[in-house]
Order: sequence, then structure tokens, then C-alpha cells
Amino acid sequence: MMQELDFMEIKILGPGCPKCKQTEEIVRQVIADEGIAADVEKVTDIMKIAGYGVFGTPAVIVDGEVKCVGKIPKKEDIKTWIKK
Amino acid sequence: MKIINNTQCCNAASNNHNNEYTSDKKNVMRRYILYAIPVLVIWWLIYQRLSDFSRAVTYTFLNLPEGNHLSSAVEFFLFETPKVLMLLILVVFGVGIVRSFFTPEKTRKILAGKKESAGNILAALLGIVTPFCSCSAVPLFIGFVTTGVPLGVTFSFLISAPMVNEIALVLLYGLFGWKIAAIYLGTGLLIAMIAGWVIGRLRMERHLEEWVLQIQAGGNGMVEENLNWTNRIQYGIDAVKEIVGKVWFYVVLGIAVGAGIHGYVPEGFMASIMGKGAWWSVPIAVLIGIPMYSNAAGIIPVVHALIEKGAALGTVLAFMMAVIALSLPEMVILRKVLKPALIATFAGVVGFGILIVGYLFNMLI
Repeated sequence: MMQELDFMEIKILGPGCPKCKQTEEIVRQVIADEGIAADVEKVTDIMKIAGYGVFGTPAVIVDGEVKCVGKIPKKEDIKTWIKK
Repeated sequence: MKIINNTQCCNAASNNHNNEYTSDKKNVMRRYILYAIPVLVIWWLIYQRLSDFSRAVTYTFLNLPEGNHLSSAVEFFLFETPKVLMLLILVVFGVGIVRSFFTPEKTRKILAGKKESAGNILAALLGIVTPFCSCSAVPLFIGFVTTGVPLGVTFSFLISAPMVNEIALVLLYGLFGWKIAAIYLGTGLLIAMIAGWVIGRLRMERHLEEWVLQIQAGGNGMVEENLNWTNRIQYGIDAVKEIVGKVWFYVVLGIAVGAGIHGYVPEGFMASIMGKGAWWSVPIAVLIGIPMYSNAAGIIPVVHALIEKGAALGTVLAFMMAVIALSLPEMVILRKVLKPALIATFAGVVGFGILIVGYLFNMLI
């Protein structure tokens, strides 16, 4: 993940429940608002989700670090995750 | 466990990491308690007046004649709807605050490495207070079994979490009284404990899909959230907004159907189909309940009306538990981690427990 330092990798884990979709929208929106270059990927495969060792969905992972599990994150929180 | 019934789905909680001093914390708490008392008093006064209100609107304001079908249905609806919604708001808020003390991660830590019997009891109890969303049933299941929670204990949790939910309890209390609510709570917990214990005894670990056991779950370094009282109150308010916002429509719809049955269906109508005499009605109620997509909020007001018209309590209880605790979509999801033999055992053991509860209450009451 380190080949491009300021290209953040954000993963949103969720099998596709309404909460997970809202989480993806909110994350994308914050990224757009803050003008940050990030690679946002939605992970819907339950086997892959389980592989991250999270106990609930939706979960947000920024650069390999689990930031939020089992709830829709708040905008202010997302801002603190994506600022270095 | 319901896929559709994801009312507790992933409750939002704010995670401000405020470091308040203890004295501040106490002051904040005292202030909240001071606010809470007048709110509760007003709540209670309104709650006490609901019966007068429904009668006044029905017979004075709408000027309906006493004793006919329509006015009976209208009065029922005008009484039950605000009553159940008021109870729901209060209880969901209270449960929200309790849940802010628990997370699936904490529950897992408590259950990891527990011996079977005690673990089953603990898991069933924790199922009530841990925020749980049926859409995360699979990650949670894997997280539990791969980090030292015995399989049977995990099942106790997975059975109790959706079956014993606060919405079902509120509706049962509001419509049937505390005894029935307590019976539901007690038997629901018992089924979760015993079914989990049986699954554990059957040593079915080899019926997990192979990939599950290869996963290195747990210990993902999540920061434990440090919530203060302001956060917890907010958590409770968020829970009310989310859960009541989602189920109020089903509650109103269910009560409307119930009101129709209350007003129009003759007394004793259900006795022949769902009465005590009809022994076959219990298994049929369970079978019909499994593929049903309803949630507790919609089903209980209907169930209440059925009992009024002569349906037996045990049959109805069995039906309700089957609707809430066993669902086809959930089994489809669990199929990704469980082999068919284990799914069948799970459905069989829980279904059997529900059958016993049904027969038991038809005999006792």
C-alpha cells in the first residue's frame, strides 16, 4: 500500500444492507468535500469481510486500520481519519 | 433471527473521546437525572389518561354509538396506538443506554474460553443487551468461534439476540400485561440456553465450512470507545430515532389490523382453528412462522387480537417465536459458514424448543 504515499486506501465492508450503502455515500462525500485523493473500495463478499476480523458491518478501514465497526460513522469522525 | 427485522441494526453512537474529570461527570449525571424526573412524570400522566382520551374521541368527538363494531375498533385503535408508541420510546431509550455499555467485542471477550453450561447462560443473557444487527450475523459468528467462544455458546447468543428483543417485550407488556412478557422473556432465554447447549454437546464443529476456521479473526486493534454520560444519552436518543422511526409504521398497521379483528371478528372465532383443543395447531403455527417476513412490531398486535377471539396462548406464542427467531433468509446467510447438517440441527433444535413452549402453555393456561 505504500507505493503512493498520499493515495489513501479506504475500504468499506458491508454485505449490502442499507446502513452499509449509507456509510459508503457518507465516506465518498467527505472525501469529495475535503478534496482528498483516495481509493475507495466497497467489500461485499462475506468471506473477505470476515477476513478483516471485524465483528459487525458496516465497517470502515483506512490504510489497513479498522476505524469503525457496526455503525454509520459521523462526518466529523471520517474527517479525522483521513487527515494525516 | 430476522434479516428483515434489522431494527437494532448497527445503532449509531457518537464516539467523542472526551476526557471529563470525575467531578464534572457526576455533575452532568446529576443534571440528566434532574431533567429525567419531570419528563417521566409528564410521560406517566399522559399514559394514565390514554383510556379517557380514546373514549372521549370515539364517543364524544366522533360521536359514535356505544357498543357497535366500528366504535369498538376505533376505540381500540385510539387507545393502543399511543400507548404502545409511548412504551416503545421509553424502553428503546432505556435499552439504548444499557447497550451503550456493551459492544460485540466486549461480549466476545466475556464469552471467550467460557465453559459450556455457564457460557450458554451468560451468552443468552448478553444476547439481550449487546447491540446486534442481523446483517452482521456472519462476521460476528466467525469472530466468536475463531477466538475461543465455544460453538454452542455462540449459538446461544445468536438465538437469544433477535428472539428476546425490546420491541417484542414492550408490545407484549403493553397488550398482554407483564406476566406474558415475563413468560416470553423466560422461555425465550431458556430456548436459547438449551438449544445452544445441545448444539455444543453434539460436537458439530466439523460442520462449519472449512474456510471459517482458517480465518485469523479478532484482535483487530479497535480502540475501545470511551463514552461519557452525554454520549450515552445521545446513544439512547439515536436508538429511539432509528428504531421507533423504523417500526412505528408496522406498529400502527398491526394495531389497525388488530383493531379490525377486535371490532368485527366474533368472539370464539379462532377457538376451533387455534384453540387448545386443536393439537396440530402448534406445529402448523411454527411451520407457517418460519418463512414469514414480519417483525415483532407488526405481528404482536395481530396476535393479541387472535387471542382475544379464542386462540390459545401457547399456539400464538409458538407462532410468534417462530416468526422472530427462525427465518429462511437468515438461514441462507448462515449457509455461508455452516454446512447443511448444522443448519438443520439449529433449525430443528430451536423449532423443537418452540414446540415444547407452545404445548406447555396450552396445557398450563
